[in-house]
Amino acid sequence: MNGRRPIVEVDGAVKRFGRLTAVDGVSLTVHTGEIVGLLGANGAGKTTLIKTILGIEALHGGRVNVFGTAPSRATRQRLGYVPQGLGLYVQLSVKQNIDFVAGAFGVRTPTSIPEDIATHAHHQVKDVGLGLQRRLAFFCALLHRPELLVLDEPTSGVDPLARARLWDTIHAQAEAGAGVLVSTHSMQEAEQCDVLVLMSSGRNVASGTQADVIAGTTAVEVRSPVWSMAFEALSAARLPVTLAGRAVRVAGVDRARIAAILSAASVTADLREVPATLEEKMVLVHRRTATG
Amino acid sequence: MTSSSPDGPWGLSACCVRFGTTHGTVAALEEISLAVPRGQVTAVVGGDGAGKTTLLRTLAGRIVPAAGEVRVPPPRRIGFLPSASGVWNDLTVDENVEFVGRAYALGRSRLAARRLALLGRAELLGAAGRLASRLSGGMRRKLGFCLALLHEPDLVILDEPTTGVDPVSRVELWRMIAETASSGSAVVLSTTYLDEAERAASVLVLDDGHTLYSGEPQSIAAAVPGTIVHTPVRPPGGAGESAWRRGREFRAWYADATAGEVLDEPDLEDAVIALTLARSSEGDAGRRDRAGEAAR
Repeated sequence: MNGRRPIVEVDGAVKRFGRLTAVDGVSLTVHTGEIVGLLGANGAGKTTLIKTILGIEALHGGRVNVFGTAPSRATRQRLGYVPQGLGLYVQLSVKQNIDFVAGAFGVRTPTSIPEDIATHAHHQVKDVGLGLQRRLAFFCALLHRPELLVLDEPTSGVDPLARARLWDTIHAQAEAGAGVLVSTHSMQEAEQCDVLVLMSSGRNVASGTQADVIAGTTAVEVRSPVWSMAFEALSAARLPVTLAGRAVRVAGVDRARIAAILSAASVTADLREVPATLEEKMVLVHRRTATG
Repeated sequence: MTSSSPDGPWGLSACCVRFGTTHGTVAALEEISLAVPRGQVTAVVGGDGAGKTTLLRTLAGRIVPAAGEVRVPPPRRIGFLPSASGVWNDLTVDENVEFVGRAYALGRSRLAARRLALLGRAELLGAAGRLASRLSGGMRRKLGFCLALLHEPDLVILDEPTTGVDPVSRVELWRMIAETASSGSAVVLSTTYLDEAERAASVLVLDDGHTLYSGEPQSIAAAVPGTIVHTPVRPPGGAGESAWRRGREFRAWYADATAGEVLDEPDLEDAVIALTLARSSEGDAGRRDRAGEAAR
């Protein structure tokens, strides 16, 4: 992309809670027009990092810049945030939620409201379906035309078609020049991002496109008429085993070692090397950082 | 009708479930059939409001269907993990185990053996004295899973065991789920993650209480009518309505065969989107005035 500017610049960020270092020297950049996905196990430091970008938490070391300055009320005015819990006022009506957000950001209540939302304008938010609540939360977050969107698990629990539609909205924002930072546990959401940042134990352990992040990691697919025996033998050996229909997958382990374990357990199987999935890569990264 | 059969086969046949609301009756499940065989994982997928929880609660005996047949083992042979956690937050891990063990009247030595085996596998032995409310989301879900399995049920019903659970804990949960199936239990679970459903031996895709697809996840492509094409840009005009994005390219579904590069192997995600589009284009006129729509 030509002429894109950095909107979020995190450089060597450190945040401690007592003896725990929640964020430990993390760096990342979100440019205009770019969708950056933040992935990691619970406790990896994703939420803390997002809070520092929103200006809710201050750092102990390193630097966070949003729109070229330290996070503040002024930078908050220029970004839109959809938390995992959607952040709506469920006792208020749909219309009152829109008015409130418009008021808080100092913009006019829009005259054109999407039909599905307008139909329920006078219903209390707690009485409308989760799908509509989610569309309302997005609509509210975009009211003030933010230059940066921060989303926490934006489509958790949504059916595939509705998820595709919400991602159309997110991509449209990026195409109009906004930067987008998405924290997610979903591999389908990760696939929608231009750049992924993998965090583990407070550190940034991999970043780049999905292909960059997975590159060089392989898995072995084990097909056996007795899949359950294959699964049990490999699982008992404490290998990172996953189920794939009636096949078994083992990531990041030498094929010969798998063959040896299976033969010791008298399990006959076909072994085939395949590219690892993003999920397998995350498990391997986590195991490595957890064991030091 | 619910019939209790100790040996199976278990599942639902042509089950209808209706709920009364202030606006009248809403069909939550419409003639749903599902086989839940022993020794494998069966997955139920769909978005919020598709009917996943209703289906699993019907199997667990919490809901009585208006029509159809439910075949399950006796209640004491069923293990159920509800979608909301299934653990007692004010009790420690060990107290949770003790409580559920007593509810099932497990003997002291059997309970001790089950505790060791399950908490060991879930890597929760180190947290045995911790309050459930102080566990991470993933650990709490694993504890709920252990509690559902404590009495060694023949039929294990798990309502969204991995929703909101991080990918690393999710893989650990799946290891435990697969071990449960491989030891001979029938496992049925619901999920909104389609990549996860692809791991199951068979899958039921629900949309608005209806069956979109039922069978092996690998065979779903054959059930999609029309064609799915892939293209580097969104198709212009009305066709754009039937298009969706996958990574850097687009997919589009057409009711008829069409020019364009046909997608060789649509995965569960692509196939489910295409089936949803096909269903809405078929039934648009008929369904528009159906009362159930608004009340999801």
